[in-house]
Amino acid sequence: LSAVTVDKVDGFSRKSVRKAKQKRSQSSSQFRSQGKPIELTPLPLLKDVSAQEQPELFLKKLQQCCAVFDFMDTLSDLKMKEYKRSTLNELVDYVTVSRGYLTEQAYPEVVKMVSYNIFRTLPPSDSNEFDPEEDEPTLEASWPHLQLVYEFFIRFLESQEFQPSIAKKYIDQKFVLQLLELFDSEDPRERDYLKTVLHRIYGKFLGLRAFIRKQINNIFLRFVYETEHFNGVAELLEILGSIINGFALPLKAEHKQFLVKVLIPLHTVRSLSLFHAQLAYCIVQFLEKDPALTEPVIRGLLKFWPKTCSQKEVMFLGELEEILDVIEPTQFVKIQEPLFRQISKCVSSPHFQVAERALYYWNNEYIMSLIEENSNVILPIMFTSLYRISKEHWNPAIVALVYNVLKAFMEMNSTLFDELTSTYKSDRQREKKKEKEREELWKRLEDLELKRSLQSDGIIPT
Amino acid sequence: MAGAEGDDSLYPIAVLIDELRNEDVQLRLNSIKKLSTIALALGVERTRTELLPFLTDTIYDEDEVLLALAEQLGSFTVLVGGPEFVHNLLPPLESLATVEETVVRDKAVESLRKISQEHSPVDLEVHFVPLVKRLASGDWFTSRTSACGLFSVCYPRVSSTVKAEIRQHFRTLCSDDTPMVRRAAASKLGEFAKVLELDYVKSDIIPLFTALASDEQDSVRLLAVEAGVSIATLLPQEDLEALVMPTLRQAAEDKSWRVRYMVADKFSELQKAVGPEITKTDLVPAFQNLLKDCEAEVRAAAANKVKVFCENLPEDSRETIIMTHILPCVKELVSDTNQHVKSALASVIMGLSTILGKDNTVEHLLPLFLVQLKDECPEVRLNIISNLDCVNEVIGIRQLSQSLLPAIVELAEDAKWRVRLAIIEYMPLLAGQLGVEFFDEKLNSLCMAWLIDHVFAIREAATCNLMKLVEKFGAEWAQNTIVPKVLGMANDSNYLHRMTTLFCINALSGVCGQEITTKHMLPVVLKMSTDQVANVRFNVARCLQKIGPVLDSSALQAEVKPVLEKLATDQDMDVKYFALEAISVLALA
Repeated sequence: LSAVTVDKVDGFSRKSVRKAKQKRSQSSSQFRSQGKPIELTPLPLLKDVSAQEQPELFLKKLQQCCAVFDFMDTLSDLKMKEYKRSTLNELVDYVTVSRGYLTEQAYPEVVKMVSYNIFRTLPPSDSNEFDPEEDEPTLEASWPHLQLVYEFFIRFLESQEFQPSIAKKYIDQKFVLQLLELFDSEDPRERDYLKTVLHRIYGKFLGLRAFIRKQINNIFLRFVYETEHFNGVAELLEILGSIINGFALPLKAEHKQFLVKVLIPLHTVRSLSLFHAQLAYCIVQFLEKDPALTEPVIRGLLKFWPKTCSQKEVMFLGELEEILDVIEPTQFVKIQEPLFRQISKCVSSPHFQVAERALYYWNNEYIMSLIEENSNVILPIMFTSLYRISKEHWNPAIVALVYNVLKAFMEMNSTLFDELTSTYKSDRQREKKKEKEREELWKRLEDLELKRSLQSDGIIPT
Repeated sequence: MAGAEGDDSLYPIAVLIDELRNEDVQLRLNSIKKLSTIALALGVERTRTELLPFLTDTIYDEDEVLLALAEQLGSFTVLVGGPEFVHNLLPPLESLATVEETVVRDKAVESLRKISQEHSPVDLEVHFVPLVKRLASGDWFTSRTSACGLFSVCYPRVSSTVKAEIRQHFRTLCSDDTPMVRRAAASKLGEFAKVLELDYVKSDIIPLFTALASDEQDSVRLLAVEAGVSIATLLPQEDLEALVMPTLRQAAEDKSWRVRYMVADKFSELQKAVGPEITKTDLVPAFQNLLKDCEAEVRAAAANKVKVFCENLPEDSRETIIMTHILPCVKELVSDTNQHVKSALASVIMGLSTILGKDNTVEHLLPLFLVQLKDECPEVRLNIISNLDCVNEVIGIRQLSQSLLPAIVELAEDAKWRVRLAIIEYMPLLAGQLGVEFFDEKLNSLCMAWLIDHVFAIREAATCNLMKLVEKFGAEWAQNTIVPKVLGMANDSNYLHRMTTLFCINALSGVCGQEITTKHMLPVVLKMSTDQVANVRFNVARCLQKIGPVLDSSALQAEVKPVLEKLATDQDMDVKYFALEAISVLALA
């Protein structure tokens, strides 16, 4: 954390002054201490009983592991906590190496044990202004058990004997819905396990795929338009990245809608930096599948272009470059005008990191080749900004970069370049004149409004 | 723009539309914000036939522009020719109500609700209701969400067949596939219930309420709680037990803390809605549970309601209920592990004294106040101190003063300047309640110490505090206790302290009156005009301008004028500026 704090040069950030918090931990919200100690009768080890007895004992152990302990109370039930931990460990090993243990009766018991342990109402976040970039996440107190339960569940799902056709009776929509809610956990370790679990379920249960996608949709829409708070966005996007990768062509309308109505609006969220890499990956995956989506995607990004947040602007520019890296020339032509109007604004941003990021496009050979092919369109859009910055920008590094860009343009299309240079002044004057005309128009309109309202008040006779 | 001159009605729509299409978002936004002006220039007919179709067709823009448009259209009725033509506004608003961005959609719905009232009953059925139905059966969730907010505005004004259709649509949305729509429906359920006939409330709304309150998503369930409160107010007492109480009881024990929090947050409204009997049988135990909840968020929300809940208990059993059921929980909360809970309690606990009366307050509440006054968290102590007036009315503040003083002193020296600021703001109140003797003895030195605090906001507040104290204790008290100390600071080696003297004089001259000002304060101010720090000198000029009106004209002419004239020739331009300003304001030129 201290390294992060040092990196922050923003003197206005209140939080950077704050002393680092201690690691906090929390426990499930539904846990109400019952006051009664939990008693579990120790069972023999699975390896110590005969093969015929093992399935029965396996079920018993699963049932024992349904007991949930209060980890906020570090002193209670110590012996039993240790017993459950070792039992879970044993179960993890058992499902990994054993054969023939998975009877049909075991499925509901496994799902029940996992549900009892992992499904819980997540407690309130400790502070309302939790900043995942600076604050330490609250860690799950019951992790010593929880981790083993997840570990066990993953081994179970990955086991060679695992039969989705039986499991689907128990791992159903309701199960998946509760699983998805857990992605809001503040504990990154838990989210990481959840990611693997969900991925396995998506892979093995074809009947749940559409449902999972729809529920992720809902989580994202709520996140974007209602709460702006959900801890597991990056993890869900990571899963989606590989889901999108597997989409069959041509893309279904449902998938395109997901891109345009869910993934693109995700760019508007304040905490974009926490999941931007995963988001950009998903977007590029889509475009590699279907280049015809380039235009709506770029138009979407332009619509949601950050107005005040320079850090986000830099992220947008980065993503746009990733898109341009894979763009087809025919698509580029469709979008070049609005695109370069935005780039022209970025290049002249007073924030040098934004300007610099945009000017780096000219170091990208593929982008350069696209610009060159279309210099007659792009040069006039860019010229005014570039020319002005070369004279006015406060940052010498930016001015130097702009000189290079101007030079590149001059080499590309010297006739047009000379023309634009010679008409620069008259163009500015024409713009000013147009501006003045606009003002006059509005002034006349306002006079008119005033006159009308006086008329309607009966002050001036009509 | 030829032809625009002179003839009002001939503004070419193309020019105006160009403005609405301007490449620059900011300019486009400006034009949209003046859409009424454009409509006015076009006249009602062309607004209807040309401008509105253009707006309907080109709804793909930045959300900010759309928001402005949605807002404008809500007050466009006159501009399209009055109520007779108001339905012309529906197409653009319908598109806006389907936009993704929530603020835009909400604004469109707000405008639609507004103009629904301007529709005649016939137009409502012919134009408005079909729009609501279209939205309610839209493909994408946004339009269905928007529809939820429109049922209640048309329901009361349509025929019974249409009413039945509207109820059917609302029912469908309450069991919508997407949680976003169910949330929207749940949040409008109470409002919709209010416009329904009582029979339909029972036959339609209750099942919907029960279903939403047991939704699989807690975000839906918690919204149903609020609806439950509204519904409870609509039903006759004898139906409450059977129709809403089972659901509300279940909500108070929901497994999600968010739902329980909502119950705690709405507790006073709930109490009012269900009446005294159910309060006694159900709400008292529920409230006890909420005060003991395992989540601090819930306990804090419930703690906030302690006073109002007790206040509204039925009079005949109020004291018994508080003493036997509520107070034991409150006692536990006083030493809660979470500071937000304690702080919430501290902000209301003093209010209990008026309800319980003198004897109970002394015996049961006073010990709790004292514990909270010594709490480790400054916010808790502050909340107790800010509510001292409630106790004062019942038992007088003297009972507390022994414990009060250490608490005040500690807060007065708290490391956080906002805490110090807060306690300063309560000084005049405390002074009034504790009396001048106690004040002089214990608190005066604190008030003077704040004058040399290293944070300007504290020094400023301390100055203002002195003025309020003088208003309470009078000019004579001021002359004997604070004026000498304030004037003494004029010789301090720190120029900030010297300036504080001037700021105090600014504040005090009015309340101290002419004599003290002329005799004691003015000489000090005049002497400071030769200070070597320019900031002090120009504050002398500002101070003279401020106290000028309190002085008589001979003092002004003989003493103030020469000094200001001298300052007006100062080499520092700020000093000059303020001296000249004072001369002109005091008319000494």
